[in-house]
Amino acid sequence: MLSIKNLQARIEEKEILKGINLDIKPGEVHAIMGPNGSGKSTLASVLAGRSDYEVTGGEVEFNGKDLLELSPEDRSREGLFLAFQYPIEIPGVSTTNFIKTAVNEVRKYKGQDPMDAVEFLKKMKEKMKLVEIDQSLLTRSLNEGFSGGEKKRNEIFQMAMLEPSLAILDETDSGLDIDALRIVAEGVNKLRDGNRSFLVITHYQRLLDYIVPDYVHVLYKGKIVKSGGKELALELEEKGYDFIKEELGESVEA
Amino acid sequence: MSEMLTTLEQTALSEYKYGWVTNIEADEAPPGLSEDIVRFISAKKNEPEWMLEWRLKAFRQWQKMEVPRWSNVSYPDVDFQAIKYYSAPKQKKVLNSLDEVDPELRATFEKLGISLDEQKRLSGVAVDAVIDSVSVATTFKTQLAEMGIIFCSMSEAIQEHPELIKKWLGSVVPVTDNFYSALNSAVFSDGSFCYIPKGVKCPMELSTYFRINAAGTGQFERTLIVAEEGSYVSYLEGCTAPQRDENQLHAAVVEIVALDNAEVKYSTVQNWYPGDKEGKGGIYNFVTKRGICSGINSKISWTQVETGSAVTWKYPSVILKGDNSVGEFYSVAVTNNHQQADTGTKMIHLGKNTKSRIVSKGISAGFSHNSYRGLVKVAPNAVNARNFSQCDSLLLGDKCGAHTFPYIEVKNNTAQVEHEATTSKIGEDQIFYCNQRGLDTETAVALIINGFAKEVMNQLPMEFAVEAQKLLAISLEGSVG
Ligand SMILES: Nc1ncnc2c1ncn2[C@@H]1O[C@H](COP(=O)(O)OP(=O)(O)OP(=O)(O)O)[C@@H](O)[C@H]1O
Ligand SMILES: [Mg+2]
Repeated sequence: MLSIKNLQARIEEKEILKGINLDIKPGEVHAIMGPNGSGKSTLASVLAGRSDYEVTGGEVEFNGKDLLELSPEDRSREGLFLAFQYPIEIPGVSTTNFIKTAVNEVRKYKGQDPMDAVEFLKKMKEKMKLVEIDQSLLTRSLNEGFSGGEKKRNEIFQMAMLEPSLAILDETDSGLDIDALRIVAEGVNKLRDGNRSFLVITHYQRLLDYIVPDYVHVLYKGKIVKSGGKELALELEEKGYDFIKEELGESVEA
Repeated sequence: MSEMLTTLEQTALSEYKYGWVTNIEADEAPPGLSEDIVRFISAKKNEPEWMLEWRLKAFRQWQKMEVPRWSNVSYPDVDFQAIKYYSAPKQKKVLNSLDEVDPELRATFEKLGISLDEQKRLSGVAVDAVIDSVSVATTFKTQLAEMGIIFCSMSEAIQEHPELIKKWLGSVVPVTDNFYSALNSAVFSDGSFCYIPKGVKCPMELSTYFRINAAGTGQFERTLIVAEEGSYVSYLEGCTAPQRDENQLHAAVVEIVALDNAEVKYSTVQNWYPGDKEGKGGIYNFVTKRGICSGINSKISWTQVETGSAVTWKYPSVILKGDNSVGEFYSVAVTNNHQQADTGTKMIHLGKNTKSRIVSKGISAGFSHNSYRGLVKVAPNAVNARNFSQCDSLLLGDKCGAHTFPYIEVKNNTAQVEHEATTSKIGEDQIFYCNQRGLDTETAVALIINGFAKEVMNQLPMEFAVEAQKLLAISLEGSVG
């Protein structure tokens, strides 16, 4: 469903992605780990179509379409969702209003009529329960004054509402307390339906205890340098990134 | 008798002087302003002598006044002798179908969600049987008349209700208040008069929209609203559909009087032609709007959505004379391309326990400039006056400007005056976030600015608010991305 071939991208003359290869099949969960600054968020942004990044090479196929040809909004409408590492605030616009607009934009793209109010409310209720988010949060301005954890939970709620075919979660676990982490992970698990795929970016093996990945990849200096099963995450947790560097023949200070 | 002769003599003399024969049959006055022209206008409207005198006095004052230059706008000087001050309200050219309407205009109508019948009415297509705005208006008029409410054109009011006009016209905005109010007083074309008798709560929004002869009165409009004791009215002016006008200068005057326990809510949407992308053409809108809360516990609330005009100069104000009276000003002003707006309010606290609230939201895009200018004045006797002002500016792009000029004059130490101001930009990260959720950039901008302006939009009557929301988005089209 997602096939990335030799993807290269830069920002302001700085090469960040230096040839990424990754294949994700329907229903699979892939985890990406890697040190700070290795390019994880950059990969997520490039897939979502952020214009600050210039794609300098490679191809990305998403559900049979050339992803890089699509505008950011069309990528979303085609079923790509990004849960942001740092969700932004929109004063004066409630989450409810925002997500309603989003849901209807996607429907319009698919040639469907806007969702009627009753149906929409029903869906909201259902998804609110799924991610255990409080109604009062959804009537407030989008992310404005939300705690770090509330923002992340709101991202997962939006994901649940939009029902994407591929969800990229960029460090959705950071900033969450233990209960919130479990709730978010359970929310994600409930959305795993054998078809929907996930690309989970995280620093912590802990999340992967809850969301068990099919594959784990290590991104380092703009390249995927190692891939494996979920045990790779455990190994990383234990040894840190040094053993990867050693494998790559880089010198490691004691 | 001798007085009349002098007038005649004068007329004769000045005719000679200006080489122009007053022809009462003419549909149009030649360009320029003189006593003759003022007489001509008054005669055309068949006005009583006192009204003519009032106009002439205003004209003589105006001649002694100078164009104000303190605002933060710049535009070429207006040649007041090049303007025509009277032309008979023209029947718009009647079109046979909407197909004959400018496609650009139609596209805007569509985006605003204006009904087909309404589109026809606005663009001058002959409307067929079903919805005839004239009959709609008449139906309302009868209903209102039964309650003692007077809602008619200013010309009609001068003829039918001279005692009320004599009493209230110019009582809030004195003729000599400023250059443009003096000009308006001398040459005003028409406008609305609204009178709500004691204890009557007007059951519907009064709107110029329903008034038959609203068309063609734009240039020097004159509006007067009087709310007697314990009455209430919500008045709506303007129209969200784009309005084009050949007259470049607009100088309207609006006066509101609220007596004991009365409340007046005045909402405007101003969407005059703003000029093209290069800043050519467009209307200069210099308006004087003022209300007086002359009675105890009275309240006047101004809500405005300003999106049009090349240059806007407008400060709806409230004089809080009655004890416990309340003044409010809610404003959204959008400027794009080369538009300039200098707008704000004045809250003059005279009575005890008076309160005022100012919420101003300025949105600037393109090369435009948007200034908020506000004055909060607390007089020595205004014990316990309260004011809260919130002025927020939102910038789209980095070639536009937002400016805030709050003036505060407090002469009583029991007063509490609070002022908050913020400036923010629509961030690319905000837009991208919206894009990522399936919103295109236009929709994203619309959503963000409507969120920004929400507090003001919430003040508008429901049916107006929806259109106004769309209007904000349309005004900023193409300004991002
Ligand atoms: N606008 C920019 N200009 C220059 N460099 C940038 C810019 N944005 C990102 N970078 C650089 O790109 C590199 C990759 O950043 P990215 O955010 O993708 O890392 P990450 O793997 O997500 O890190 P983290 O684990 O800290 O979230 C970093 O070195 C970062 O400083
Ligand atoms: Mg990151």
